[in-house]
Amino acid sequence: MYPAPFRYHRAGSVDEAISLLSELGDEAKPLAGGQTLLVWMKLRFDQPSDLVDLGRIPELSYIEHDDAEVRIGALATHRRIASSPIADIIPSVRDCANGIADHQVRSRGTIGGSLAAGDPSCDWPPLLHTLDAEVLCKGPGGERSIDINDFIEDLYATTLQEGEIVTGIRFKRPAANSAGAYVGFKRCAPAYPTATAGVQLALADGDICEDVRIALGSVGLTPIHATGAEAELRGKALSEENIQKAAEAAVAAADPVDDQRGSPDFKRAVLGVLVRRAIGIAVRRCNGESVENSHEYY
Amino acid sequence: MNTTEIIELISIEVTINGQRYQREVEPRLLLVQLIRDELGLTGTHIGCDTTYCGACTILLNGDPVKSCTVLAVQADQGDVMTVEGLEQNGELHPLQEAFSEHHGLQCGYCTPGMLMSSYALLSSNPAPNRKEIRKGVAGNLCRCTGYHNILNAVDAAAEKMRGK
Repeated sequence: MYPAPFRYHRAGSVDEAISLLSELGDEAKPLAGGQTLLVWMKLRFDQPSDLVDLGRIPELSYIEHDDAEVRIGALATHRRIASSPIADIIPSVRDCANGIADHQVRSRGTIGGSLAAGDPSCDWPPLLHTLDAEVLCKGPGGERSIDINDFIEDLYATTLQEGEIVTGIRFKRPAANSAGAYVGFKRCAPAYPTATAGVQLALADGDICEDVRIALGSVGLTPIHATGAEAELRGKALSEENIQKAAEAAVAAADPVDDQRGSPDFKRAVLGVLVRRAIGIAVRRCNGESVENSHEYY
Repeated sequence: MNTTEIIELISIEVTINGQRYQREVEPRLLLVQLIRDELGLTGTHIGCDTTYCGACTILLNGDPVKSCTVLAVQADQGDVMTVEGLEQNGELHPLQEAFSEHHGLQCGYCTPGMLMSSYALLSSNPAPNRKEIRKGVAGNLCRCTGYHNILNAVDAAAEKMRGK
Protein backbone atom coordinates (compact mmCIF):
# COMPACT_ATOMS: atom_id res chain seq x y z
CA MET A 1 0.00 0.00 0.00
CA TYR A 2 1.29 3.43 -0.91
CA PRO A 3 0.60 6.49 1.19
CA ALA A 4 -0.98 9.38 -0.73
CA PRO A 5 1.67 11.54 -2.44
CA PHE A 6 3.50 14.04 -0.29
CA ARG A 7 6.57 16.26 -0.54
CA TYR A 8 9.59 15.28 1.54
CA HIS A 9 11.94 17.60 3.44
CA ARG A 10 14.84 16.54 5.62
CA ALA A 11 15.51 18.85 8.55
CA GLY A 12 19.10 19.24 9.72
CA SER A 13 18.25 20.93 13.00
CA VAL A 14 15.31 21.63 15.31
CA ASP A 15 15.16 25.25 14.14
CA GLU A 16 15.13 24.22 10.49
CA ALA A 17 12.30 21.75 11.21
CA ILE A 18 10.25 24.43 12.96
CA SER A 19 10.71 26.97 10.19
CA LEU A 20 9.85 24.37 7.53
CA LEU A 21 6.70 23.30 9.40
CA SER A 22 5.64 26.93 9.93
CA GLU A 23 6.23 27.76 6.28
CA LEU A 24 4.43 24.70 4.94
CA GLY A 25 1.31 25.17 7.05
CA ASP A 26 -0.98 22.87 8.95
CA GLU A 27 -1.13 20.11 6.33
CA ALA A 28 2.56 19.39 6.85
CA LYS A 29 3.60 16.89 9.50
CA PRO A 30 6.83 16.03 11.28
CA LEU A 31 8.13 12.47 10.81
CA ALA A 32 10.22 10.76 13.50
CA GLY A 33 10.48 6.94 13.48
CA GLY A 34 7.27 6.65 11.49
CA GLN A 35 5.96 3.59 13.35
CA THR A 36 2.58 5.25 13.95
CA LEU A 37 2.42 7.93 11.26
CA LEU A 38 3.44 5.80 8.26
CA VAL A 39 0.92 3.09 9.15
CA TRP A 40 -1.80 5.74 9.27
CA MET A 41 -0.70 7.26 6.00
CA LYS A 42 -0.71 3.88 4.26
CA LEU A 43 -4.27 3.30 5.46
CA ARG A 44 -5.04 6.85 4.18
CA PHE A 45 -6.27 7.91 7.63
CA ASP A 46 -3.82 10.75 7.23
CA GLN A 47 -2.72 12.48 4.02
CA PRO A 48 -0.22 15.21 4.88
CA SER A 49 0.91 17.50 2.05
CA ASP A 50 4.51 17.44 3.28
CA LEU A 51 6.61 15.40 5.66
CA VAL A 52 9.43 17.10 7.53
CA ASP A 53 11.82 14.30 8.50
CA LEU A 54 13.29 14.91 11.95
CA GLY A 55 15.09 11.55 11.91
CA ARG A 56 18.59 12.90 11.34
CA ILE A 57 18.57 15.78 13.79
CA PRO A 58 21.52 14.89 16.00
CA GLU A 59 20.57 16.97 19.04
CA LEU A 60 17.34 15.04 19.77
CA SER A 61 18.72 11.57 20.57
CA TYR A 62 20.09 12.19 24.07
CA ILE A 63 19.30 9.93 27.04
CA GLU A 64 20.82 11.49 30.16
CA HIS A 65 20.41 11.82 33.89
CA ASP A 66 21.99 13.38 36.94
CA ASP A 67 21.15 13.05 40.64
CA ALA A 68 18.06 15.20 40.29
CA GLU A 69 16.57 14.63 36.86
CA VAL A 70 16.14 12.39 33.82
CA ARG A 71 16.07 13.89 30.32
CA ILE A 72 15.30 11.97 27.13
CA GLY A 73 15.39 13.44 23.62
CA ALA A 74 12.35 13.01 21.36
CA LEU A 75 14.25 10.81 18.89
CA ALA A 76 15.47 8.27 21.45
CA THR A 77 14.10 4.91 20.31
CA HIS A 78 12.26 2.53 22.63
CA ARG A 79 15.08 0.03 22.17
CA ARG A 80 17.83 2.48 23.15
CA ILE A 81 15.87 3.62 26.19
CA ALA A 82 15.28 -0.01 27.26
CA SER A 83 19.01 -0.67 27.27
CA SER A 84 20.05 2.67 28.79
CA PRO A 85 21.23 3.22 32.38
CA ILE A 86 17.89 4.96 33.05
CA ALA A 87 16.12 1.61 32.59
CA ASP A 88 18.35 0.19 35.35
CA ILE A 89 17.69 3.09 37.70
CA ILE A 90 13.94 3.28 37.04
CA PRO A 91 12.66 -0.21 36.20
CA SER A 92 9.18 0.96 35.14
CA VAL A 93 10.91 2.72 32.22
CA ARG A 94 12.27 -0.65 31.08
CA ASP A 95 8.86 -2.32 31.62
CA CYS A 96 7.33 0.25 29.28
CA ALA A 97 10.06 0.44 26.63
CA ASN A 98 10.33 -3.35 26.30
CA GLY A 99 6.57 -3.79 26.34
CA ILE A 100 6.06 -1.74 23.18
CA ALA A 101 5.33 -3.89 20.13
CA ASP A 102 8.32 -5.98 19.01
CA HIS A 103 12.05 -5.76 18.39
CA GLN A 104 11.54 -4.26 14.92
CA VAL A 105 9.18 -1.48 16.00
CA ARG A 106 11.27 -0.74 19.12
CA SER A 107 14.29 -0.26 16.85
CA ARG A 108 12.63 2.64 15.01
CA GLY A 109 9.82 4.00 17.14
CA THR A 110 10.65 7.03 19.30
CA ILE A 111 9.44 8.39 22.62
CA GLY A 112 8.61 11.75 21.00
CA GLY A 113 6.51 10.08 18.31
CA SER A 114 4.66 8.02 20.90
CA LEU A 115 3.70 11.26 22.67
CA ALA A 116 2.92 13.41 19.65
CA ALA A 117 0.59 10.76 18.19
CA GLY A 118 -1.85 11.50 21.03
CA ASP A 119 -2.91 7.86 20.75
CA PRO A 120 -4.41 6.37 23.94
CA SER A 121 -2.90 2.99 22.99
CA CYS A 122 0.67 4.30 23.02
CA ASP A 123 2.55 3.26 26.17
CA TRP A 124 4.78 6.24 26.99
CA PRO A 125 2.03 8.72 27.95
CA PRO A 126 0.62 6.65 30.86
CA LEU A 127 4.11 5.71 32.07
CA LEU A 128 5.16 9.37 31.97
CA HIS A 129 2.02 10.27 33.97
CA THR A 130 3.28 8.04 36.78
CA LEU A 131 6.61 9.91 36.73
CA ASP A 132 4.95 13.34 36.63
CA ALA A 133 6.93 14.23 33.51
CA GLU A 134 7.08 17.41 31.50
CA VAL A 135 6.95 17.37 27.70
CA LEU A 136 9.54 19.72 26.18
CA CYS A 137 8.45 21.48 23.01
CA LYS A 138 9.81 24.07 20.63
CA GLY A 139 7.94 26.09 18.05
CA PRO A 140 7.97 29.45 16.26
CA GLY A 141 7.25 31.09 19.63
CA GLY A 142 10.24 29.47 21.33
CA GLU A 143 10.59 26.71 23.89
CA ARG A 144 8.09 25.65 26.53
CA SER A 145 7.38 22.68 28.73
CA ILE A 146 3.93 21.15 29.11
CA ASP A 147 2.76 19.12 32.11
CA ILE A 148 2.06 15.55 30.94
CA ASN A 149 -1.46 15.95 32.39
CA ASP A 150 -2.13 18.79 29.96
CA PHE A 151 -0.41 17.38 26.88
CA ILE A 152 -2.98 14.98 25.39
CA GLU A 153 -6.38 16.65 25.35
CA ASP A 154 -8.47 14.26 23.28
CA LEU A 155 -8.26 11.28 20.95
CA TYR A 156 -5.23 11.86 18.68
CA ALA A 157 -5.17 15.51 19.79
CA THR A 158 -2.35 17.17 21.72
CA THR A 159 -1.88 20.75 22.87
CA LEU A 160 1.03 21.25 20.42
CA GLN A 161 0.59 24.44 18.41
CA GLU A 162 1.15 24.80 14.66
CA GLY A 163 4.83 24.46 13.83
CA GLU A 164 5.63 23.17 17.31
CA ILE A 165 7.41 19.84 17.84
CA VAL A 166 8.19 17.66 20.85
CA THR A 167 11.93 17.90 21.52
CA GLY A 168 12.08 15.68 24.61
CA ILE A 169 10.78 14.86 28.06
CA ARG A 170 12.12 15.31 31.56
CA PHE A 171 11.15 14.20 35.02
CA LYS A 172 12.55 14.30 38.54
CA ARG A 173 14.26 11.16 39.72
CA PRO A 174 11.99 9.26 42.10
CA ALA A 175 12.95 9.40 45.79
CA ALA A 176 14.83 6.47 47.32
CA ASN A 177 11.65 5.08 48.95
CA SER A 178 9.71 5.25 45.66
CA ALA A 179 9.41 2.67 42.86
CA GLY A 180 7.06 1.87 40.03
CA ALA A 181 5.85 -0.69 37.56
CA TYR A 182 4.16 -0.63 34.18
CA VAL A 183 2.23 -3.68 33.05
CA GLY A 184 0.14 -4.39 30.00
CA PHE A 185 -1.78 -7.15 28.33
CA LYS A 186 -1.87 -7.59 24.57
CA ARG A 187 -2.96 -10.36 22.21
CA CYS A 188 0.46 -10.71 20.60
CA ALA A 189 3.69 -8.71 20.54
CA PRO A 190 2.94 -6.39 17.56
CA ALA A 191 -0.63 -5.63 18.72
CA TYR A 192 -1.53 -2.52 20.67
CA PRO A 193 -2.38 -3.38 24.30
CA THR A 194 -5.84 -4.40 25.45
CA ALA A 195 -5.16 -2.46 28.65
CA THR A 196 -2.16 -1.13 30.59
CA ALA A 197 -1.58 0.14 34.12
CA GLY A 198 1.30 2.21 35.48
CA VAL A 199 1.98 2.76 39.18
CA GLN A 200 4.62 4.77 41.03
CA LEU A 201 4.47 4.62 44.79
CA ALA A 202 6.48 5.73 47.81
CA LEU A 203 6.53 3.54 50.90
CA ALA A 204 6.89 4.71 54.50
CA ASP A 205 6.97 2.78 57.78
CA GLY A 206 6.93 -0.63 56.14
CA ASP A 207 3.57 -0.76 54.38
CA ILE A 208 2.14 2.77 54.44
CA CYS A 209 1.64 4.33 51.02
CA GLU A 210 3.17 7.77 51.41
CA ASP A 211 2.37 8.85 47.86
CA VAL A 212 1.16 7.21 44.65
CA ARG A 213 0.48 7.86 40.98
CA ILE A 214 -1.68 5.53 38.92
CA ALA A 215 -2.26 5.91 35.18
CA LEU A 216 -4.11 3.74 32.68
CA GLY A 217 -3.59 3.20 28.95
CA SER A 218 -5.73 1.84 26.09
CA VAL A 219 -8.95 2.04 28.14
CA GLY A 220 -10.35 5.42 27.10
CA LEU A 221 -9.99 8.17 24.51
CA THR A 222 -6.91 9.51 26.32
CA PRO A 223 -4.51 8.10 28.89
CA ILE A 224 -6.29 8.23 32.24
CA HIS A 225 -4.80 9.60 35.45
CA ALA A 226 -6.70 7.50 38.01
CA THR A 227 -6.90 9.99 40.91
CA GLY A 228 -9.77 8.08 42.55
CA ALA A 229 -7.61 4.96 42.73
CA GLU A 230 -4.75 6.98 44.20
CA ALA A 231 -7.04 8.31 46.95
CA GLU A 232 -7.79 4.73 48.04
CA LEU A 233 -4.09 4.24 48.81
CA ARG A 234 -2.49 7.57 49.71
CA GLY A 235 -1.66 7.76 53.41
CA LYS A 236 -3.08 4.28 54.02
CA ALA A 237 -1.73 0.79 54.63
CA LEU A 238 -1.11 -1.27 51.49
CA SER A 239 -3.49 -3.98 52.64
CA GLU A 240 -5.19 -6.48 50.32
CA GLU A 241 -8.44 -4.63 50.96
CA ASN A 242 -7.08 -1.18 50.06
CA ILE A 243 -5.32 -2.50 46.96
CA GLN A 244 -8.61 -4.10 45.87
CA LYS A 245 -10.43 -0.79 46.42
CA ALA A 246 -7.81 1.04 44.35
CA ALA A 247 -8.18 -1.50 41.53
CA GLU A 248 -11.96 -1.07 41.60
CA ALA A 249 -11.63 2.73 41.50
CA ALA A 250 -9.24 2.46 38.54
CA VAL A 251 -11.68 0.22 36.69
CA ALA A 252 -14.46 2.72 37.41
CA ALA A 253 -12.35 5.51 35.89
CA ALA A 254 -11.81 3.54 32.68
CA ASP A 255 -14.08 3.99 29.70
CA PRO A 256 -12.96 1.31 27.24
CA VAL A 257 -14.41 1.00 23.74
CA ASP A 258 -15.62 -2.20 22.12
CA ASP A 259 -13.11 -3.23 19.46
CA GLN A 260 -11.10 -6.19 18.17
CA ARG A 261 -9.03 -6.12 21.35
CA GLY A 262 -12.06 -7.07 23.44
CA SER A 263 -15.39 -5.97 24.86
CA PRO A 264 -15.51 -3.21 27.48
CA ASP A 265 -16.30 -5.80 30.18
CA PHE A 266 -13.31 -7.93 29.19
CA LYS A 267 -11.00 -4.89 29.20
CA ARG A 268 -12.26 -3.84 32.65
CA ALA A 269 -11.64 -7.34 33.99
CA VAL A 270 -8.11 -7.34 32.56
CA LEU A 271 -7.47 -3.82 33.87
CA GLY A 272 -8.36 -4.73 37.46
CA VAL A 273 -5.82 -7.54 37.39
CA LEU A 274 -3.16 -5.28 35.85
CA VAL A 275 -3.61 -2.54 38.48
CA ARG A 276 -3.26 -5.04 41.33
CA ARG A 277 -0.24 -6.62 39.64
CA ALA A 278 1.45 -3.23 39.05
CA ILE A 279 0.93 -2.22 42.69
CA GLY A 280 2.36 -5.55 43.82
CA ILE A 281 5.48 -5.22 41.66
CA ALA A 282 5.96 -1.57 42.71
CA VAL A 283 5.82 -2.55 46.40
CA ARG A 284 8.35 -5.35 45.90
CA ARG A 285 10.65 -2.95 44.06
CA CYS A 286 10.23 -0.38 46.86
CA ASN A 287 11.50 -3.11 49.15
CA GLY A 288 14.62 -3.49 47.05
CA GLU A 289 13.62 -6.61 45.16
CA SER A 290 14.60 -6.89 41.50
CA VAL A 291 11.47 -7.88 39.52
CA GLU A 292 11.59 -8.65 35.83
CA ASN A 293 8.39 -7.49 34.15
CA SER A 294 7.01 -6.62 30.74
CA HIS A 295 3.72 -6.77 28.83
CA GLU A 296 2.03 -10.17 28.87
CA TYR A 297 0.86 -11.76 25.66
CA TYR A 298 -0.16 -15.21 24.50
CA MET B 1 -2.65 17.91 -1.91
CA ASN B 2 -3.61 18.15 -5.58
CA THR B 3 -2.87 14.63 -6.82
CA THR B 4 -2.03 15.81 -10.33
CA GLU B 5 0.85 17.83 -8.96
CA ILE B 6 4.25 16.41 -9.84
CA ILE B 7 6.18 15.46 -6.76
CA GLU B 8 9.89 16.07 -6.82
CA LEU B 9 11.91 12.85 -6.83
CA ILE B 10 14.57 12.40 -4.18
CA SER B 11 18.01 10.99 -4.95
CA ILE B 12 19.06 8.26 -2.53
CA GLU B 13 21.99 5.89 -2.14
CA VAL B 14 21.56 2.62 -0.26
CA THR B 15 23.93 -0.29 0.25
CA ILE B 16 22.09 -3.60 0.10
CA ASN B 17 23.95 -6.83 0.85
CA GLY B 18 27.21 -5.04 0.18
CA GLN B 19 26.20 -3.57 -3.19
CA ARG B 20 25.64 0.16 -3.60
CA TYR B 21 22.51 1.38 -5.41
CA GLN B 22 21.61 4.92 -6.43
CA ARG B 23 17.99 5.70 -7.36
CA GLU B 24 15.66 8.66 -7.84
CA VAL B 25 12.57 7.81 -5.82
CA GLU B 26 9.16 9.21 -5.04
CA PRO B 27 9.03 10.22 -1.35
CA ARG B 28 6.19 7.79 -0.69
CA LEU B 29 8.10 4.75 -1.99
CA LEU B 30 8.43 2.26 0.86
CA LEU B 31 11.75 0.58 1.54
CA VAL B 32 10.21 -2.85 0.84
CA GLN B 33 9.01 -1.61 -2.55
CA LEU B 34 12.47 -0.28 -3.37
CA ILE B 35 13.96 -3.65 -2.45
CA ARG B 36 11.40 -5.79 -4.28
CA ASP B 37 10.10 -3.74 -7.19
CA GLU B 38 12.99 -1.43 -8.07
CA LEU B 39 15.90 -3.75 -7.27
CA GLY B 40 14.24 -7.13 -7.88
CA LEU B 41 15.25 -8.64 -4.55
CA THR B 42 12.01 -10.54 -4.00
CA GLY B 43 13.22 -12.65 -1.05
CA THR B 44 11.78 -10.00 1.27
CA HIS B 45 8.02 -10.60 1.46
CA ILE B 46 5.07 -8.31 2.06
CA GLY B 47 2.54 -9.96 4.35
CA CYS B 48 0.12 -7.74 6.23
CA ASP B 49 1.56 -4.40 5.03
CA THR B 50 0.51 -2.86 8.38
CA THR B 51 3.56 -3.40 10.68
CA TYR B 52 2.14 -6.56 12.21
CA CYS B 53 3.43 -9.72 10.61
CA GLY B 54 7.16 -9.09 10.16
CA ALA B 55 7.44 -10.93 6.82
CA CYS B 56 9.21 -7.83 5.43
CA THR B 57 11.84 -7.73 8.20
CA ILE B 58 15.30 -6.63 7.03
CA LEU B 59 18.28 -5.17 8.84
CA LEU B 60 18.79 -1.42 8.50
CA ASN B 61 22.15 -0.31 9.90
CA GLY B 62 22.19 -3.53 11.92
CA ASP B 63 18.72 -3.16 13.44
CA PRO B 64 15.81 -5.37 12.44
CA VAL B 65 13.01 -3.23 11.00
CA LYS B 66 9.74 -3.83 9.17
CA SER B 67 10.56 -2.51 5.71
CA CYS B 68 6.87 -1.92 4.91
CA THR B 69 6.97 0.85 7.53
CA VAL B 70 10.14 2.67 6.48
CA LEU B 71 10.28 5.12 3.58
CA ALA B 72 13.04 4.48 1.06
CA VAL B 73 14.16 8.09 1.61
CA GLN B 74 14.63 7.32 5.32
CA ALA B 75 17.12 4.60 4.37
CA ASP B 76 19.26 7.05 2.33
CA GLN B 77 22.98 6.40 3.03
CA GLY B 78 21.94 3.33 5.00
CA ASP B 79 23.28 -0.21 5.07
CA VAL B 80 20.60 -2.82 4.40
CA MET B 81 20.80 -6.60 4.70
CA THR B 82 18.05 -8.76 3.24
CA VAL B 83 17.54 -12.52 3.31
CA GLU B 84 19.58 -12.75 0.07
CA GLY B 85 22.58 -11.52 2.07
CA LEU B 86 22.60 -14.56 4.38
CA GLU B 87 24.03 -17.04 1.88
CA GLN B 88 27.79 -16.64 1.40
CA ASN B 89 29.71 -18.12 -1.58
CA GLY B 90 26.94 -20.57 -2.36
CA GLU B 91 26.82 -21.84 1.23
CA LEU B 92 23.64 -21.51 3.23
CA HIS B 93 23.87 -19.59 6.49
CA PRO B 94 23.66 -21.85 9.59
CA LEU B 95 20.22 -20.37 10.30
CA GLN B 96 19.00 -21.34 6.83
CA GLU B 97 20.42 -24.84 7.27
CA ALA B 98 18.78 -25.19 10.67
CA PHE B 99 15.37 -24.03 9.39
CA SER B 100 15.66 -26.71 6.70
CA GLU B 101 16.92 -29.47 9.01
CA HIS B 102 14.39 -28.77 11.76
CA HIS B 103 11.46 -28.12 9.42
CA GLY B 104 11.11 -24.57 10.74
CA LEU B 105 8.65 -23.69 7.99
CA GLN B 106 5.65 -25.01 6.15
CA CYS B 107 4.43 -22.60 3.46
CA GLY B 108 7.61 -20.53 3.83
CA TYR B 109 6.00 -17.12 3.47
CA CYS B 110 7.12 -15.82 6.87
CA THR B 111 10.56 -17.47 6.62
CA PRO B 112 12.64 -14.55 5.25
CA GLY B 113 11.41 -12.34 8.09
CA MET B 114 11.92 -15.10 10.66
CA LEU B 115 15.47 -15.57 9.43
CA MET B 116 16.30 -11.87 9.63
CA SER B 117 14.83 -11.46 13.13
CA SER B 118 16.70 -14.59 14.26
CA TYR B 119 19.89 -13.26 12.69
CA ALA B 120 19.49 -9.97 14.60
CA LEU B 121 18.82 -11.88 17.82
CA LEU B 122 21.89 -14.10 17.49
CA SER B 123 24.08 -11.12 16.55
CA SER B 124 23.38 -9.49 19.90
CA ASN B 125 22.81 -12.65 21.96
CA PRO B 126 24.71 -15.74 20.70
CA ALA B 127 23.28 -18.03 23.40
CA PRO B 128 19.62 -17.11 23.91
CA ASN B 129 17.37 -19.22 26.13
CA ARG B 130 13.97 -20.38 24.92
CA LYS B 131 12.19 -17.30 26.29
CA GLU B 132 14.67 -14.95 24.65
CA ILE B 133 14.21 -16.73 21.32
CA ARG B 134 10.43 -16.38 21.67
CA LYS B 135 10.82 -12.65 22.39
CA GLY B 136 13.30 -12.27 19.54
CA VAL B 137 10.83 -13.54 16.94
CA ALA B 138 7.70 -12.17 18.66
CA GLY B 139 7.34 -9.56 15.91
CA ASN B 140 7.08 -12.27 13.24
CA LEU B 141 3.82 -14.11 12.75
CA CYS B 142 3.64 -17.63 11.32
CA ARG B 143 0.21 -19.02 10.52
CA CYS B 144 1.39 -22.58 9.73
CA THR B 145 3.87 -24.05 12.14
CA GLY B 146 2.75 -23.18 15.64
CA TYR B 147 6.31 -21.88 16.07
CA HIS B 148 7.83 -24.92 17.82
CA ASN B 149 10.09 -25.98 14.99
CA ILE B 150 11.08 -22.38 14.34
CA LEU B 151 12.28 -22.08 17.94
CA ASN B 152 14.06 -25.43 17.61
CA ALA B 153 15.77 -24.22 14.44
CA VAL B 154 17.01 -20.97 16.02
CA ASP B 155 18.25 -22.92 19.03
CA ALA B 156 20.13 -25.37 16.79
CA ALA B 157 21.60 -22.58 14.64
CA ALA B 158 22.82 -20.75 17.74
CA GLU B 159 24.57 -23.88 18.93
CA LYS B 160 26.14 -24.49 15.52
CA MET B 161 27.32 -20.86 15.25
CA ARG B 162 28.86 -20.95 18.72
CA GLY B 163 30.81 -24.07 17.72
CA LYS B 164 32.44 -22.32 14.75
